Amino acid sequence: MSLTIEQLEERVADLLAEAKRLGADAAEAAVSSSAGLSVTVRLGEVETIEHHRDRGLGVTVYFGRRKGSANTTDLSPAALKETVARACAIARNTSEDPCAGLADPELLARDWPDLDLHHPWELEPADAIALAQECEAAALDFDPRITNSEGANLATDEGSFVYGNSHGFLGGYPTTRHSLSCVVMGREGDSMQRDWWYDTKRAAEELAPPPQIGRRAAERAVARLGARKLGTREAPVIFRADVAPGLLRSLIGAIRGHAQYRQSSFLLDTLGEQLFPEWVRIHEDPLIPRGLASAPFDNEGVATRPQDFIHQGVLKSYVLDSYSACKLGLRTTGNAGGVRNLAIESNGPSLDELLRRMDRGLLVTELMGQGVNPVTGDYSRGAAGFWVEKGVVQYPVEEITIAGNLRDIYRDLVAVGSDDEIPGSVRTGSWLVARMTIAGN
Amino acid sequence: METSLQIARQTLLEPAELGEHHLRETVERLSGPGVDAADLFFQLHRLESWVLDDGIVKEGNFSLERGVGLRAISGEKSGFAYTEEPTLENLLEAAASARAIARAGQSGRIAVGSPGAVAPLYPVDDPISSLPDEAKIELLHCLDAAARAADPRVQQVTVSLAAVHEVILVLDEQGRLATDVRPLVRCNVQVIVEQKGRREQGSAGGGGRTTLDLFVEEDRALGYAREAVRQALVNLEAVETPAGPMTVVLGPGWPGILLHEAVGHGLEGDFNRKGLSAFSGRIGERVASPLCTVVDDGSLPGRRGSLTVDDEGTPTGETVLIEKGVLRGYMQDRFNARLMGVPPTGNGRRESYAHLPLPRMTNTYMLGGDHDPREILRSVKKGLYAVNFAGGQVDITSGKFVFSLSEAYLIENGRVGAPVKGATLIGNGPDVMTRVSLVGNDLALDPGVGTCGKEGQSVPVGVGQPTVKVDEITVGGTAL
Repeated sequence: MSLTIEQLEERVADLLAEAKRLGADAAEAAVSSSAGLSVTVRLGEVETIEHHRDRGLGVTVYFGRRKGSANTTDLSPAALKETVARACAIARNTSEDPCAGLADPELLARDWPDLDLHHPWELEPADAIALAQECEAAALDFDPRITNSEGANLATDEGSFVYGNSHGFLGGYPTTRHSLSCVVMGREGDSMQRDWWYDTKRAAEELAPPPQIGRRAAERAVARLGARKLGTREAPVIFRADVAPGLLRSLIGAIRGHAQYRQSSFLLDTLGEQLFPEWVRIHEDPLIPRGLASAPFDNEGVATRPQDFIHQGVLKSYVLDSYSACKLGLRTTGNAGGVRNLAIESNGPSLDELLRRMDRGLLVTELMGQGVNPVTGDYSRGAAGFWVEKGVVQYPVEEITIAGNLRDIYRDLVAVGSDDEIPGSVRTGSWLVARMTIAGN
Repeated sequence: METSLQIARQTLLEPAELGEHHLRETVERLSGPGVDAADLFFQLHRLESWVLDDGIVKEGNFSLERGVGLRAISGEKSGFAYTEEPTLENLLEAAASARAIARAGQSGRIAVGSPGAVAPLYPVDDPISSLPDEAKIELLHCLDAAARAADPRVQQVTVSLAAVHEVILVLDEQGRLATDVRPLVRCNVQVIVEQKGRREQGSAGGGGRTTLDLFVEEDRALGYAREAVRQALVNLEAVETPAGPMTVVLGPGWPGILLHEAVGHGLEGDFNRKGLSAFSGRIGERVASPLCTVVDDGSLPGRRGSLTVDDEGTPTGETVLIEKGVLRGYMQDRFNARLMGVPPTGNGRRESYAHLPLPRMTNTYMLGGDHDPREILRSVKKGLYAVNFAGGQVDITSGKFVFSLSEAYLIENGRVGAPVKGATLIGNGPDVMTRVSLVGNDLALDPGVGTCGKEGQSVPVGVGQPTVKVDEITVGGTAL
């Protein structure tokens, strides 16, 4: 059973009152509670049934410009008091920091729209099992080369959270999230490959049909069978839509205020610069109804709004919270806690058109490892995918790397596809990049 | 000195007014006909962390997490529930949810035994109070000053210090009780250097299952500050990395992440029971060069990956994974061991009470060989000398693994030459180990910085190896 918004609001109020009692000049607190069910089915049999029930609270106190924070999973009144006391003890040892503090009261959200994020799913374990079985069965039946499975998982979660601060802000709302995923393995001769597919939504009725998810997982695994290595070369590369969000996340990482003031960004001081071709627009819309990353206010209570980060290829805004905005002499962009429903607009072509335009090159469908240097933009990651000739997929490839520099990848972006139907909170089609180094045999 | 059992009673059971008869009642509710195995996992996890940035102590956080996970196993099925409020009522309700995995039936009766004697691998002391707060703050400032004093090109310094005190209690369906009190400390220094508009970063740190004194003793943490600056300055001179297959010499210690990715994950019991690993069904086969002996050992005193008992109460020990190139065994938790008909190896680990245990690595390393590391470098005409890594990943089914270089040099005619930019190495686990042609006599374990992720669960681990020469591996550089 998850706690109600009113119960959470009471606890936030108690936390703020306790902070004041202990002499804090300002304080902010967040309390959350969630409950959920997760079932995994493998080869038709139930593997796990997990009942989730999480709760937590966090408090940050300010004594002048010194800050301390503490959090706990224990919501009892005694733990609540102890947590505030711990935060105050921490604040006695941190340094005076001119930028530390709550968000500007003028910027706090006053009233906000209902973003339609709460669609509980009254699902009994037996029904959850049946859906996961239906999904996995479709994958196993897809092709005789699908010989094994890691299973299908159905998860449903319902939660609530409330944030409040001593400027008088108090707000919260309930949310739900439901997902279905499937991982299967194909075998052909000595070649073993696995792949997966999934969907995740705020409302259960919007989830893709279970057999569709299963078949997609199987189709992806089978397509990889018999993969070869490639010779080392330079070639154009398409990042298929499901691996393209990483390129957007690297951009956001580099234009975050924290990376800017710490000078740890490959896009340092690039506000107003042309980073992409003119047709590129990258933006967020935190207010999309039922959006997976939608939120009417950010983690500091600041009202969120749709905004462009890249417009006509030019960097229009950093991604800022109050602290990093203060460090840079700017105003917060309502991005405490990150960007919400990030998107890059397509300049038209379908994936088939992108392949034809590339003619001869690499279609990347999997990336491995953490080989992105946030300070220099140097990019070198393990990859798998398909070799393309005359605009047509020829054969699967693996055990290769692709390397370059993110500044060049962004600057030389040729096209973004219209194939943006990927699950998750980031909307992007496939990216055609002019040239990268491929290392193989 | 208090024992872990006394501490577990005081911190886990007494605040919830729970006695052993309540635990017994819960486990009885959880087990019974149709349930092959069951356990209760109580955990208290306290963490204190500090971050110095821009020359000031900006962040400090204290975190307390407490809860109980309840698991019932029936055949290959696991039912799981947890609660953050361990009242008897909540425990019984969670037990009923978890045990619904098996056919309903009458509960059995169990007796709570006393824990077997296992010598602890680390002190029970709370590392959070092992140094006064003022001393922690002073240490942070001192590392900041040391990094800045090391070179005028240092622009930014971030120092983090964290101490964890964890208490666990496990009770299983046979009444076996185990407790453990686990300290864990970690310190890290990250710097940004700048020269003529070019910026690079360097990072170094260490830790283990001990108190914060680790960092003060022998000026160990000052060594991290100097090492972070050294690495960043090396990277300022780095040239483009060649792309394509090359001979690679891996330095000792942290590069052992190669083993963790290339073979470690593929030898975890769950993947092998399900036939999903490139190593499935290959026990007794040659999977590596005869120079390679690889073990997983959770019983090394004080190491980051060590555990006196694992999260299912099984004492840890040394598990030989590969002996002179031949695959010998897998790492097991109780669940997979039972289904595969082998003994558990003390590798059952979980991120917290809110996660199911999985077979996981502890400290995974390759034993030393006969060669002088200088001799190994001299044997390479043209290649890459890789001494530091940022992290790795593996696809256990295809066996493909990658890991990212953070410090590497060209080798030409047996001499270490220019540093090269970060690049990714990619290989095939069952294949790359057969190409190990020389193994050094300089086995070293990493300084205590590793964290491993699997199925969304993070656990601290250790890795290690001597200097190792791999005849060919694909290097993901930019230069053709």
